[in-house]
Amino acid sequence: MKKSVRVRYFAILREQRGLDEERITTEAATAGELYEELRKRHRFTLPADRLRVAVNDEFEPWEAAVRDGDTLVFIPPVAGG
Amino acid sequence: MSFRLSSAAIDAAALMDGLRDARAGACVAFEGRVRDLNDGRAVRGLDYEAYAPLAEKEGERILSEARGKFPIIGAVCVHRTGSLALGDVSVWAAVTAAHRDAAFAACRYIIDETKARVPIWKKEHYADGATEWINCATRGGHAGAGKGGA
Repeated sequence: MKKSVRVRYFAILREQRGLDEERITTEAATAGELYEELRKRHRFTLPADRLRVAVNDEFEPWEAAVRDGDTLVFIPPVAGG
Repeated sequence: MSFRLSSAAIDAAALMDGLRDARAGACVAFEGRVRDLNDGRAVRGLDYEAYAPLAEKEGERILSEARGKFPIIGAVCVHRTGSLALGDVSVWAAVTAAHRDAAFAACRYIIDETKARVPIWKKEHYADGATEWINCATRGGHAGAGKGGA
């Protein structure tokens, strides 16, 4: 089933994508599947096991279902301080 | 309890004033500053970028956890975003408590958890013109959290 989601990009992913955010139509069932789809399409260098994912501004597991209208953020390794 | 992001310089004196409390016999503050060297490379400045809605939520959760773990009175943490120069304050955390043990321990907890969990990223600009997103290298093994900073 096709869904329309918003993906926001930060830091190294924003630079590798060349965009802050985009709307994507996908058949990915989970957040993990969506990342793999985008990683292949845009040649992101970070594997999923180095990232976390947020759905609608909350951390979620990679198995989280992708629903129409969701906002997803793939979170590169953090480096505050 | 308050965790904030700031695109302007951190006013530590004003934040400290906000923590005044007659019950507090101790106030411990930690100030992280931009350093001129990381992993042997000369640094000339850096950029911080944050995923604001989740950074603020996760920061508030950390402050709340600190309150649960230690007998503290007040706690504040502010993290910069934007471009910083050498010596600029990148993060400021302070805790008040009746006694110093809890204030030291809680301040340490807050800064350590902030560095490890809050979605904030640091891009270093080196003297030779190169730049790098810290902890995001994909060669040379897994870059550990907490590397390269305050």
